[in-house]
Amino acid sequence: MVNTVHIDVVSAEASIFAGEAEFIVVPASAGEVGIYPNHAPMVTSIKPGALRIKTADSAEETLIFLSGGLLEVQPGLITVLADTAVRGHDLDEAKAIAAKAAAEEAMKNRSSDMDYAKAQAELSEAVAQIQAIERLRKKTH
Amino acid sequence: MAGSKEIRTKIKSVENTRKITKAMEMVAASKMRKAQDRMRASRPYAEKIRNVAAHLSFANPEYKHPYLVKRDVVKNIGLIVISSDKGLCGGLNTNMLRLSVNQMKSWEAEGKAISVSAIGNKGFSFMNRVGANVKSHITGLGDVPHLETLIGTIKVMMDAYEAGEIDQLYISYTKFINTMKQEPVMEQLLPLSGEQLGSPKGHWDYIYEPEAKPVVDQLMMRYVESLVYNAVAENMASEQSSRMVAMKSASDNAKEVIGDLKLVYNKARQAAITKEISEIVGGAAAVS
Repeated sequence: MVNTVHIDVVSAEASIFAGEAEFIVVPASAGEVGIYPNHAPMVTSIKPGALRIKTADSAEETLIFLSGGLLEVQPGLITVLADTAVRGHDLDEAKAIAAKAAAEEAMKNRSSDMDYAKAQAELSEAVAQIQAIERLRKKTH
Repeated sequence: MAGSKEIRTKIKSVENTRKITKAMEMVAASKMRKAQDRMRASRPYAEKIRNVAAHLSFANPEYKHPYLVKRDVVKNIGLIVISSDKGLCGGLNTNMLRLSVNQMKSWEAEGKAISVSAIGNKGFSFMNRVGANVKSHITGLGDVPHLETLIGTIKVMMDAYEAGEIDQLYISYTKFINTMKQEPVMEQLLPLSGEQLGSPKGHWDYIYEPEAKPVVDQLMMRYVESLVYNAVAENMASEQSSRMVAMKSASDNAKEVIGDLKLVYNKARQAAITKEISEIVGGAAAVS
């Protein structure tokens, strides 16, 4: 009986891999890390690179490219939380600035205070419309 | 009685409308299935990362992440509003916005300042119109939500939280319950509560590589992002099923209208024939 450990590779948008592994190699931020079953609990971040998984039932290693993420090793369970996008502090920063700038641009031409009365009036009108349509529908049947 | 030609044109035009609503219904139905799949596909990640976050919040005493620390005084509140980009989906956005505005009003009454981050066109233009303090927004997400496009908007709010500009962060979206039922909800994102994470099974302390702080920071950021992503995926599934139902009832209505119009048309036709016959009969009687 070969010693194996369960490994899950998931990203926010999809589940990528799940199975039993004899040995995996992860491109951790501090260098490549090889993990065998019964490894001590560990958390580390992953840098872009290939994740290699040696499964019990095939001689070939499974290769998964990761653009980053996190590795968590629990007793008897390895979890790879993969990023779906290439991430970096500067990249994220640029995106945040772009989102902010777009909002500021759109906010330029208008009064500064939130008009709750207007908001509620507008919404209750829309709700009333929907309810009226529903009532009308029920009546005709 | 209206001219039969006008009624015919009217019937034609309603039939065309019905074709469109029927097509939209079918498109929404197929998109809904895909949106539901995506919603389900995002669950394993959310579950896993929640487990890891739960372990970390219990296991690591030396560094407490700001997302886990409750602030005593709450003066500023952030709200992420998730809506659809397009309309024609029944009361989906209206109901969600109503919930948000009511909550915002009660916050305002307590003297708390509110800043809003809008995901989706409908919520953004609404918040903008009524004068909310919109800090960031993203519109035009398309049918497939991508985390990459959401990062910027979320980061603005998380940065504001870390900088102390907001003390609590909420998210409002439409929860997908089933095809016929969607529910607007508002949930607290930050600070993360212990109950939300749940208590982990078993206890162990991790080896942090290279050290605890950056790893925990990264994990917490991903966790919040995945929650927002999940909400967006759920909102999209809700949008499609809500649209499908709305378009189905529009098609049914059109069918009814067509039926009524056809009745009117046939009556008019019959009346015209009867009139003609009686004229002929009358004419014939006068001659003989």
